[in-house]
Amino acid sequence: MHIHKYEKYFLVFGVGTLVAFLIILGIGAFHQGSHPNSGKKTLDYEKVKEIAPFDNPGVHKVEGKDWDYEVVILASAFYYNPPEIEVPLGAKVKFIATSEDVIHGFEIAGTNINMMLEPGYVSEYVAEINQAGEFLIVCNEYCGTGHTLMHSMLKVVDPNES
Amino acid sequence: MSLNKLTTVDRRDAKLALAHIYVAFIALLLGGLAGLLQVFVRTGQFTLPAGIGYYQVLTVHGVLLGLILTTFFIFGFQIASVSRTSGTFSDLQRRLGWIGFWLMTIGTTAAAVMVLLNKATVLYTFYAPLQAHWIFYLGLTLVVVGSWVGGAGQVLRYVQWRKENKGSKEPSPLLSFMVVINNLMWLVATLGVAVSVLFQLLPWSLGLIERVDVLLSRTLFWYFGHALVYFWLLPAYMVWYVIIPKVIGGKIFSDSLARLSFILFLLFSVPVGLHHQLTEPGIDGTWKFIQVILTMAVVVPSLMTAFSMFAMFELRGRELGGKGIFGWIRKLPWNDSRFFVPFIGMLAFIPGGAGGIVNASYQMNQLVHNTIWVPGHFHLTFASAVVLTYFGAAFWLIPHLTGRKLTKSINNLANISGILWAIGMTIMSAAMHIAGLLGAPRRSDYSEYGGAQQAYDWIPYQIAQAVGGTILFIAILVIMYVVVKLIWFAPKGEEEFPVGDVHESSGPTPPLLENFKLWLVILVALILFAYTVPLIDIISNAPPGVKGYKLW
Repeated sequence: MHIHKYEKYFLVFGVGTLVAFLIILGIGAFHQGSHPNSGKKTLDYEKVKEIAPFDNPGVHKVEGKDWDYEVVILASAFYYNPPEIEVPLGAKVKFIATSEDVIHGFEIAGTNINMMLEPGYVSEYVAEINQAGEFLIVCNEYCGTGHTLMHSMLKVVDPNES
Repeated sequence: MSLNKLTTVDRRDAKLALAHIYVAFIALLLGGLAGLLQVFVRTGQFTLPAGIGYYQVLTVHGVLLGLILTTFFIFGFQIASVSRTSGTFSDLQRRLGWIGFWLMTIGTTAAAVMVLLNKATVLYTFYAPLQAHWIFYLGLTLVVVGSWVGGAGQVLRYVQWRKENKGSKEPSPLLSFMVVINNLMWLVATLGVAVSVLFQLLPWSLGLIERVDVLLSRTLFWYFGHALVYFWLLPAYMVWYVIIPKVIGGKIFSDSLARLSFILFLLFSVPVGLHHQLTEPGIDGTWKFIQVILTMAVVVPSLMTAFSMFAMFELRGRELGGKGIFGWIRKLPWNDSRFFVPFIGMLAFIPGGAGGIVNASYQMNQLVHNTIWVPGHFHLTFASAVVLTYFGAAFWLIPHLTGRKLTKSINNLANISGILWAIGMTIMSAAMHIAGLLGAPRRSDYSEYGGAQQAYDWIPYQIAQAVGGTILFIAILVIMYVVVKLIWFAPKGEEEFPVGDVHESSGPTPPLLENFKLWLVILVALILFAYTVPLIDIISNAPPGVKGYKLW
């Protein structure tokens, strides 16, 4: 098959760039551990309120783990429990969330915290909270008429300022 | 060509193709109107009358434009293309085409009625456990089955050409070859959604089974969902590769590269669906990453296409006396809507493709997943690059089929519609991209989110979307006027169905490229590689299934 000389240069350059890009993504993922949510745990969504940790949604300080806080969120149409989350600036936080009915989203606007919540599956994401302020939490997967009524707020407080 | 000179589409095949095109443009008008209502609602200044829900309108918009406009226009175009380049359909092939048309039309009507009755406000992706009325799922099943039957008619015509030309040194007609690739891709991809609808959603909505495996149904949907967008794209590529060269008086840059790029699209269309599920639980990160790599492979045929297009433009521009580095650009026929309108689409594909790379980039996806950046992206790739190319094709295809002429004044109106589209979409899509980066979610009614500052910051962009959307709707009205003219009122005459010849320097086409068995085996192997382990994981680790919800 005949390929024009310039097209060969063009493809070599293009594919080379692509490979370099994929290597960077791969290093980010597998060397530095930057993965999106791929939570493995499952549960019975109809009994979720009796199952730890979802029997006690809210912010919990933890010791001896790689993170300082665990934030447990239970989503349902059209509500997040807890309706507000407060963590100190600089904390390392593990978000643990699931849905007790349909599919919901859990997106903290202006951050890279963004997960799908599905009934029966536990979604998890660990993030360093390095910016103070109020961050709106929205459901970003259509879940019914009240979809946009479904929101919460992440308040990041600077302990040195108050 | 040594064979019988085919230059026009047979009248009977033309009728079949036109039937599809009528439905497509009705869908464009109604779906566009739904889009206009959406951008108005999202300004916060307008409420829908008569108790119509925002998500009902959104479902109409997605189903009509994403599923109906596309499938029907594509089939109209493909039927005409096969008839033009391989020869008139046999009675059986044409009958299959009509059976397919009616199945799809009945299915569309059934699904549309359920959406209008507010029994199926589940958006065009119909994710479980939101449960629509069973007639909605049955309607979509009929659309898919109809597309298989109609597609079989097209493929059989190509098979007949191959039989009649056994031993010929000439490669099979390029346009027909591309149509067959697109139908094969469609068949393999729709198997996923068919399994989900027939074995999960339909019996579940009928009450035959109580619960469904939600993650499995989503994974089967996205096994189909990304190939779906390539199914929309490939007919646009057919126009770019085969039609546009003839329109501007040039030649197809390379026959074999065109075929190779279609084969690569086929191979990398299906084993990539997990990149729509990057932020989902229950799927292993490593397999997500493997499918990200397979997704990015599509960059290769995309780059090949970009090079072929611009090489062909430059060759033609220089032939017409263009000098210097950029002088050839001025020589291209900018006032010919058959070239100009698809060209706007090609330009839109550049930022559209770049945004797509961001979307599929594993961790980076978290920043944009399910934000309005995503509709901003596919309004460039699909709702600009692809549909503007469809329109550019309709401007000659409709008069060719109806026996009329694309006159100078209609051509000028067509160009105006393209310019309006470019302006409207630049405003709307840019506003969507920026608001998405700021976190604004997609598929969302107007909301102030309890007075949050961030939500207020999104509103100016929503107003900009309404401005862009209004201009786009005006563009649709102009296009509808052009289409109506070309169907019923333009002067009688003969409009050319342009099919390009291959450039002398293209070289012979290796027979390997036409070996469908080989490419199908590779496709199946890639799918098995990409999906076996994730699917076994999903099924064996599945939590209890989920009952249906109707939350609208």
